[in-house]
Amino acid sequence: MKVAELSAITSAFQEIKNRAELRWQTLYDSGKPVIMVGTATCGRAAGALEVLKAIRDELKRQNLDFPVIEVGCLGHCYAEPLVIISKPEYPPICYGRVNPVIAERLVKEFVIGDNPCLEFVLGALEENDLVPSFSDFPRAKYEKKVILKNCGQIDPKEIDHYIAKGGYSSLVKALHIPPEQIIEELKRSGLRGRGGAGFPTGRKWEVCCRAVGEPKYVICNGDEGDPGAFMDRVVLESDPHSIIEGMIIAGYTVGARYGYIYVRAEYPLAVEHVQIALRQARRLNLLGKNILGSDFSFDIRLFQGSGAFVCGEETALIASLEGKPGIPYYRPPYPAVKGLYGKPTLFNNVKTFAYVRHIINDGAECFASIGDERSKGTAVFALAGKVVNTGLAEVPMGTTLRQVIFDVGSGIPGGKHFKAVQIGGPSGGCLPESALDLPIDFDSLSDAGAMMGSGGMVVLDEDDCMVEIARYFLEFTQSESCGKCTFCRLGTKQMLEILNDITQGRGRIDDIDMLSQLAEDVIAGSLCGLGKTAPNPVLTTLRYFRDEYEAHIKEGRCPALMCRDLIAYYIIPEKCERSCDACVGTCTVEAITTNKKRIKVIDQEKCVKCGTCLDACPPQYNAVIKLSPPSEVPS
Amino acid sequence: MAINNKEVTTTEEQAKVRQKTRQILKRFGRKQGNLVPILQKVQGKLGYLPREAMLEIAKFLSIPGIDVYSVITFYNQFRLNPPGKHSIRVCLGTACHMKGGYITLDAWKRRLGIDRGETTPDREFDLDSVACVGCCVMAPVTVVDAKPQGKVEPTKVDGLLLAFEIEREKKS
Repeated sequence: MKVAELSAITSAFQEIKNRAELRWQTLYDSGKPVIMVGTATCGRAAGALEVLKAIRDELKRQNLDFPVIEVGCLGHCYAEPLVIISKPEYPPICYGRVNPVIAERLVKEFVIGDNPCLEFVLGALEENDLVPSFSDFPRAKYEKKVILKNCGQIDPKEIDHYIAKGGYSSLVKALHIPPEQIIEELKRSGLRGRGGAGFPTGRKWEVCCRAVGEPKYVICNGDEGDPGAFMDRVVLESDPHSIIEGMIIAGYTVGARYGYIYVRAEYPLAVEHVQIALRQARRLNLLGKNILGSDFSFDIRLFQGSGAFVCGEETALIASLEGKPGIPYYRPPYPAVKGLYGKPTLFNNVKTFAYVRHIINDGAECFASIGDERSKGTAVFALAGKVVNTGLAEVPMGTTLRQVIFDVGSGIPGGKHFKAVQIGGPSGGCLPESALDLPIDFDSLSDAGAMMGSGGMVVLDEDDCMVEIARYFLEFTQSESCGKCTFCRLGTKQMLEILNDITQGRGRIDDIDMLSQLAEDVIAGSLCGLGKTAPNPVLTTLRYFRDEYEAHIKEGRCPALMCRDLIAYYIIPEKCERSCDACVGTCTVEAITTNKKRIKVIDQEKCVKCGTCLDACPPQYNAVIKLSPPSEVPS
Repeated sequence: MAINNKEVTTTEEQAKVRQKTRQILKRFGRKQGNLVPILQKVQGKLGYLPREAMLEIAKFLSIPGIDVYSVITFYNQFRLNPPGKHSIRVCLGTACHMKGGYITLDAWKRRLGIDRGETTPDREFDLDSVACVGCCVMAPVTVVDAKPQGKVEPTKVDGLLLAFEIEREKKS
């Protein structure tokens, strides 16, 4: 771009930035306390909207006009709903597990009064002498926030918050650099695609940049279909502008005119926040015709996915954008050369785009200094399942699984034993304790039979059956198979039926060999990633937990006491407390009766094995147990 | 999957569906790339996708009706039956499954007396599962009328249904 044009861009942006910074400053310099409530989907499921209402109502009753801001997700999802109160002379304090009653008290005693209610504190956002800060948490040693930095600290519906925190300055910087140099910078940074496959981002951009065809497209793949993964949802909901900025830079670099953000319809809040963000960016001319007065025009549209896992595959996603069923097609040509409507199309994952602005702003070296030899930067994980600190964690590549699960996640709740970690969703695998010291990067995990995938990590403990988890994923991939390839369509079906048999006590000993054989065939005979990786959960559980398969088949026993056809609930008469009625009242199908000796008995015919009685039985009695095989129940 | 057209029987009702669909189509360009967004909007308005709406959309985009039907039946989001007044979506993501989402689904089935993908005869509730709503930390999750509810176990299913009943009694 011409020099005169460049200075015009800079001054146009400076004006926008000054205004945004002024707004952000007045928020904090007014001397009023600022209250933030985390209202991302995870917070809402825990009741954040009720908390928000309680705070607003209480402030209204007290006739106070203190700012109450809705922010995204801080990553500490285990303690939702979260409220952050920033009051002059105090550090910003984050409160966890807030309910409407606690919220009201926080307003009365801390916002208005001077009691910071330390009993509800989760941690302070800054180091101070009063309360422990998040940086004092053991997990802080392992975490390194890059793309999650803004999440939970700004209002995602306010572009000014994002700009005041340094947003869109990378775009301005990028507009001053020739595209070739941006590609060079990305290559030097070592950034690899965060959708799972780990293809070098710089190379992909280069291919698309050199490809011939007009108009070119940039597509952000936010079709986060992996059950058990929610990293992309959090970034889309909590910091949508970081993705938009990355996409605009991509558009400038490869010479694209249009962009699409493809978001699952199952993420309505992400859809809403992205739509608002796009509108705001357009209003400030950061998006649209002649961005910031330059000769570069680029606009982004939001496209809602309609619930098909296979659309995470780029060629299937293209088909769905074109208004067809999402059925993948053969590559090459890769979309970077020939994609949407036959034109060069750049595909990247949500997180990949979110990294771009950091690389442009802080330089490739800064990004490359994080991580290990082969995988650079950070990895974002969604920790869920049987782990104490469920939520999001961003750690440098090369951190071990053990550090993430036991140090960041604080281990397994309830004194249970770790059994496996399911990583990479339906395409990944289950890794046992012996694999816990593997560093997390693209290559080590594939060597162990799993894959990094997009970053879902579900921790499993002794109560989880490994055959059942394999069956679960097969059921998922089988129903999501688009049906194009015979092996994927019918092979997964056969595998699922065998697994159904095993978990229901009808397994045969040659089933194990048959499963391995079918797994190989499905991998060899499928076109896209869905089929090629669908057998992974079966293969890894067979590799590491073969004894569990054998127990199901040979003894009709589920060692984890999970498979419902292979267990029975039983009340130990010696332990049952006569005067207690807890289980009888909670049984959802009235299967528990009291016998003449006032001991509670389960009618095995009526029992639906929901486990409510086991939860209801007070821990001092612990009279309800599970038995496997069901024939263990004394008659 | 059969097209359930019990809803739209009279020519009058059919005309209404056609008219409502045309209203929505006005906002879109006539290219196939708009098919999925059109279907989403029409379903948002009508609650489901009746045959009349499909035909209207096919005509608008100048594509065969079968292409519209194949897209509808390919994606999980689209439904061919009218929904209930309240929607119950049981999350069956990994974390929810391992924490007993399938038991929760059973509890809903038992209480509502319907299977996945069905609507109660009184049109109060429709029940379905969803792959993952991304609230894995609150597992098992059930999305009740677009609001994700965390830790929904069989006893909470009863509690949530009770809340609806109280609401209904208040109104009557």
